[in-house]
Amino acid sequence: MSVVTVQLGQCGNQVGQELFDVMCSDARDVHRKTYSAVSCERFFRQTTQGALEARAVLIDMEPKVINHSMSKAAKSGRWRYGETSHFSQKQGSGNNWANGYCVLGPRHRDAVEELVRRQVEHCDMLAGFIPIMSVAGGTGSGVGTFITQCLRDVYPSSFVLNHLTWPYGTGEVIVQNYNSVLTLAHLYQLSDAILVHENDIVHKICSQLLKIKQISFSDINRVIAHQLGGVLQPTLTPASCGAYSRHPIGELMSALACHPEYKLLSVCTIPQMASSSIAFSTFSWPALLKHLRQMLISNSKMEGGIDWQVCPPPASAGGSRSLSAGSFNTSLANLLILRGKDVYSAETGGFEDPAIYTSWLPPDEALSLWKSPVPFNKYEKSATLVSNSQALLRPLDDMVRKAWNMFASRAYIHQYIKFGISEEDFLDSFTSLEQVISSYSELQ
Amino acid sequence: MTQSVVVQVGQCGNQVGCRFWDLALREHAHVNKRGLYDEALSSFFRNVDPRKSDGGACCVGGRIQHLKARAVLIDMEEGVVHGILQGPLREVFDSAQLLTDVSGSGNNWAVGNLTYGSAYRDSIVNKLRKAAEHCDCLQCFFLIHSMGGGTGSGLGTRVLSLLEEEFPDVCRIVTAMYPSAEDDVITSPYNSVLAMRELTEHADCVLPVENQSLVDIVNKISLMSHDAKPGCVLKKESTVTSGQGGVSPTERPFDAMNNIVANLLLNITSSSRFDGSLNMDLNEIANNLVPFPRLHYLVPSLTPLYTLADVNIPTRRLDQMFSDAFSKEHQLIRADPKHSLYLACALMVRGNVQVSDLRRNIERLRPSLPFVSWNQEGWKTGLCSVPPVGHAHSLLALANNTCVKPTFMELRDRFTKLYKKKAHLHHYLHVDGMEQSAFSEALSSLSALIEEYHHLDATKARLIPDAPRLSIAR
Repeated sequence: MSVVTVQLGQCGNQVGQELFDVMCSDARDVHRKTYSAVSCERFFRQTTQGALEARAVLIDMEPKVINHSMSKAAKSGRWRYGETSHFSQKQGSGNNWANGYCVLGPRHRDAVEELVRRQVEHCDMLAGFIPIMSVAGGTGSGVGTFITQCLRDVYPSSFVLNHLTWPYGTGEVIVQNYNSVLTLAHLYQLSDAILVHENDIVHKICSQLLKIKQISFSDINRVIAHQLGGVLQPTLTPASCGAYSRHPIGELMSALACHPEYKLLSVCTIPQMASSSIAFSTFSWPALLKHLRQMLISNSKMEGGIDWQVCPPPASAGGSRSLSAGSFNTSLANLLILRGKDVYSAETGGFEDPAIYTSWLPPDEALSLWKSPVPFNKYEKSATLVSNSQALLRPLDDMVRKAWNMFASRAYIHQYIKFGISEEDFLDSFTSLEQVISSYSELQ
Repeated sequence: MTQSVVVQVGQCGNQVGCRFWDLALREHAHVNKRGLYDEALSSFFRNVDPRKSDGGACCVGGRIQHLKARAVLIDMEEGVVHGILQGPLREVFDSAQLLTDVSGSGNNWAVGNLTYGSAYRDSIVNKLRKAAEHCDCLQCFFLIHSMGGGTGSGLGTRVLSLLEEEFPDVCRIVTAMYPSAEDDVITSPYNSVLAMRELTEHADCVLPVENQSLVDIVNKISLMSHDAKPGCVLKKESTVTSGQGGVSPTERPFDAMNNIVANLLLNITSSSRFDGSLNMDLNEIANNLVPFPRLHYLVPSLTPLYTLADVNIPTRRLDQMFSDAFSKEHQLIRADPKHSLYLACALMVRGNVQVSDLRRNIERLRPSLPFVSWNQEGWKTGLCSVPPVGHAHSLLALANNTCVKPTFMELRDRFTKLYKKKAHLHHYLHVDGMEQSAFSEALSSLSALIEEYHHLDATKARLIPDAPRLSIAR
């Protein structure tokens, strides 16, 4: 089963290129034929000349980034993008969501749908779509939202998993909070699930865990690609009966997206360290899983500075846990993916503790476990946790708060109105997100 | 890739424009080693094969035949433009791009705007349209003119409103040279205020530049280079005022000052021309930096002003460059942004600078900079990997800051001093189409603008609480 990736905007195209790079190296370097075959089939197709071509559509409103990504891919020698599988214009979206969604998206709808259709036709069976984009800019956010809507319209029975990169809290783009609020509110209706990476967190991973001195966007994108690869590469799931699962996205949805009001997924991976240190480290499943569990419940998305004081409240404690009270992160559902040596002996009981989940799902339904005996991306043992929990609540709330403050003074609104959205649309988006925040806050 | 057209009006506009083209050619020569007409070049230049009969426009990717600037040069007296046509840049301009007259505007805004504005309206529109037609995807018009004179200020603002009429979707960025208090043109306050009204109504962004600041910067650099410290030599080509390595062999007076403005224009467009890890297009500038339609005056500051040649002295540290961008010596108008209120700020970095350097400096400088309550993280950042000639990295900061208020207030004072006495008013009122109401309207437009800035300033000291959030029924 194959996945079609749609890379939107500068961020989407840069992250996507790193992702395919990671997956190709993983598939190629590993000496397990079935694993390689499944991985290649899922994300690449073999051209008649034997080259690996990514199942991807690259979209941007200006050409520089796409050209850069395509040539970088070709330079790797191991894989490349389809020659014609890209669409760009001459001029960007000006960091304006309304420009992307109301003007540029509709204008180029046909061309983009055509490119997607061609990729879908190359797939024997379609597992689903993964649009990759950022929420701060104009193209990724605005055009990306519009294209997600098109995917929904044209392929109503396919899964759509959106991957979003949230910007640094302190400004990459001044109107980033408006763009983010508008995107998230719309995607919540359109997407099956939304997988989020935050630049701030990834930056910390680069500086504190990977010990990179001068962090560039390539470093950031490589970490995101590593984490995403850890989620998307082949695994054995309970439903796949001893073979690598052929429905990765569908199974991810049924594991995590159990309720339409709860669609935000966060990812964390353990271990993450500088590649030069890997050779000198030994890993054990009990240690890795213990750390990972604490990372989950104390809501720290990286292994470093974990707050070991946080523990699940005793079962008898009543009352709702709101944003401000305590730092315990309640989960709705978790997907734990283990890769590497001795994977079958890993003891995951800690994740089945009912205290870390809400009361509506029994823990054996809330936790899904996927395994793969193949080591991933040079780590002898690694664990990835995809979590539908309160982990993104605080960053989401901050984003809405800042956007609301700006909206209260009507700053920049004229820039959006001139492209066709109204103050009502803004208010609707704010309302939807307040609803999401409220739902997540009240998880107990 | 998008194209931009430069429209230079009046003596000052054309002299600055001339320096711009010189430096642009130098920059591209530095970067473009293979003589191919690439996308970056096409943003400001057309490639023309004069042997072809159909006008000979060549596409991107071929060898450079003959570069023609995407420009329209307008002046109501011939001296400056003819000087350009006799100088080394003559090859870069086509006679069809020029519009001149003989007698000048007599430092009278009304003559420039109304008399010449009507007489040459069609001709101007034709030349603009021609320039636009040569562009695949026209993104922006850069208008360069002074505020104190007659042609630049009067005809320049007329061109601005024509641009809005004929090309409403194309961004209009105006680089306006404001006169200093000691300007030798007596009527410069009238011309400036009359022009200000047009800029407030019709421009998308205005980059105000004050002559006095340019003089101060030039003096600072020559003090630096004449400093007796041994081994303290400025690297050739590296000062922001230097035109060395460009086309013109000798430097004339005012060249140093005009080079600074030319560098400003080069840096602002660098991210749309060259590659980088975080691109910043011209349309993003307006969208991010203009929160309310009339408050579009962006104070520019350029660093570094020079690099030292001596390898024993460490190159000015990156962090120093960021600090300098906010100091009042580096602003191109006489203002102190640190003590006024920031509405928004853009940082366009060129050269070998990574996102972590950018973040570190923003975090470091942020506490000392007052930002308006609803835009506490109001930063727009861009990283372009190609540095300017002679530097390893450079930074252009554009600040939408209430520090323009004192500049505008001073302008208004100088205007009122003359207007109260009705001094020189008859020169303006004699012009066909000019009425006294134009003066009072211009004055009230300026006052309203100052009032808007004042209103925002007043929020500076107060602690504004978060706006109450929407509450959801559960």
